[in-house]
Amino acid sequence: MAKLTRDDVLKLARLSRLHLTDEEVERFQKEITAILGYVEQLQSVDLKAVQPTSQVTGLQNVMRPDEVKDYGASPDALLKNAPATQDGHFKVRRML
Amino acid sequence: MSQWPSIADIVQSVEAGKVQATELVRQALKTIEDKQEYQAIIAVIKERAENRAADIDKRVAKGEKIGRLAGVPFIAKDNMLTFGSETTAASNILKGFEAPYQATAIEKLEAEGAICVAKANLDAFAHGASTENSDVMTTKNPHDTSRVPGGSSGGSAAAVVLDMAPFALGTDTGGSIRLPASFTGAVGYKPTYGLVSRSGVIAMASSTDVIGPLARTVEDAALVLDVMSGRDDLDGTTIERDTSPYTTLDVSVKGKTVGIIAEYMDEGVDPAIRKEIEAAVKQLQAAGANIVSVSLPSLPLALACYYIICPAEVSSNLSRYDGQHYGFSHADAKSLEESYNWSRSEGFGDEAKRRIMIGTYVLSSGYYDAYYKKAQTVRTKLVEEFTRAFKKVDFLAGPVAPMTAFEIGKNVDDPLQMYLVDIMTVAASLVGIPAVSVPVAKVQGLPVGLQLMAPQKHDRALLSLAAKIKETA
Repeated sequence: MAKLTRDDVLKLARLSRLHLTDEEVERFQKEITAILGYVEQLQSVDLKAVQPTSQVTGLQNVMRPDEVKDYGASPDALLKNAPATQDGHFKVRRML
Repeated sequence: MSQWPSIADIVQSVEAGKVQATELVRQALKTIEDKQEYQAIIAVIKERAENRAADIDKRVAKGEKIGRLAGVPFIAKDNMLTFGSETTAASNILKGFEAPYQATAIEKLEAEGAICVAKANLDAFAHGASTENSDVMTTKNPHDTSRVPGGSSGGSAAAVVLDMAPFALGTDTGGSIRLPASFTGAVGYKPTYGLVSRSGVIAMASSTDVIGPLARTVEDAALVLDVMSGRDDLDGTTIERDTSPYTTLDVSVKGKTVGIIAEYMDEGVDPAIRKEIEAAVKQLQAAGANIVSVSLPSLPLALACYYIICPAEVSSNLSRYDGQHYGFSHADAKSLEESYNWSRSEGFGDEAKRRIMIGTYVLSSGYYDAYYKKAQTVRTKLVEEFTRAFKKVDFLAGPVAPMTAFEIGKNVDDPLQMYLVDIMTVAASLVGIPAVSVPVAKVQGLPVGLQLMAPQKHDRALLSLAAKIKETA
């Protein structure tokens, strides 16, 4: 059974873009180990001949004409929840 | 007795000018106000609702026809985008979020004259089975305020049972409509996957998320479903609806076979619940159905399968909350990286963090085949077993949950125990079939729901079957 180490949790947090407190690291280490321990029961099932399913209603690619349609959501309405904007764009901290 | 007549009767009275929409909205808002102690409602949509009602009354006075839900107040789960209030999914990270557009389901209901009066509480981002994961508050069960209403659509279910509106909307990803329906005594309907557009619904696990009604009767739920369902340009996974209206509940039960799911009736289920489920199925027998027992051998794996696929999709869907586009943004972060990390850490609650990390784990290289791909193959196995079962029976039946509403606080320190509450609801979600919870009886004063399922796209037949069930006192 997978037993997550403290380092495993810190790595997961980094990949998940989460900053955890020491208390959280300790608690999540225990809780996530227990949950993974439960879902691991699938590993004993032999399913070599079975294909994976990701979509259940049998739809394939759904195509539409490449046309601009107005669904009524204005750029202003879309930007108004942003923490910072400039000239109709999202403004973020510098990347480089 | 409810203060609301059937939705069909309300609509008739409004169209005839006998009842004013303004009065119905006032009545709904007053009930919400009077029953605040249950903590079912996160936000009230007062001004917009009153304006829409006044407009409907004016149009009725001019002799205009309004629509199939003329003047009917309703309550939406707060993970659906609506105008007139914030939409937060009961999360801190979306505090203050103002929807730039409305969910398709809301638009369709409004186009027929329905009026959204409030937003209901939920487990934040719909992650939970009790509403205790709400970042705002815990909703109380209308039958016993020391107990949970079920989740994640617990606010919607409680609101309906508390008579705040004739119906409410919920979402169901692994049981989030059916479980609170069972725990509160509402009718909760989870349609076939893709029947109702997910556009404007805050995504949880996209391959199983559906929108459905919580109502007092199957007939009311069917009418709401009929208005909401159908293809939508804004959601590529939507499917064609039935050509017959879902309100025509005339699919005969006579000669049909109902299979009781053996795996859902074992010793893990409270014997008093088992007894009520057996009694309810007898009602279907009396209506002419044949009752048999059916086994789906992979069902005991469904929960493990769900708690890999669901967090995997959650971790992907919640990656959009980055503190840059909308939602909480940490003001003190100095770099972009810090801004992501701090905004998410402060904005997300414990359950969202858990699911994000579990999802990240099962999708990460080295573990993908052992967890995620394995779960997807178990999902195939479940699809095959349900397909095989539906060659022998027309419907499946069982409990919604092995227990009635549990006490507030009982499972909060043990996330795995909380996940186990979903044990009988996740399979229908993974397979994409319609399922409904219908109240059948009470055990020690707490409601018990019967779960009925049908093959994909057999929603009208399932609603017809559910309409045969009458609650015993």
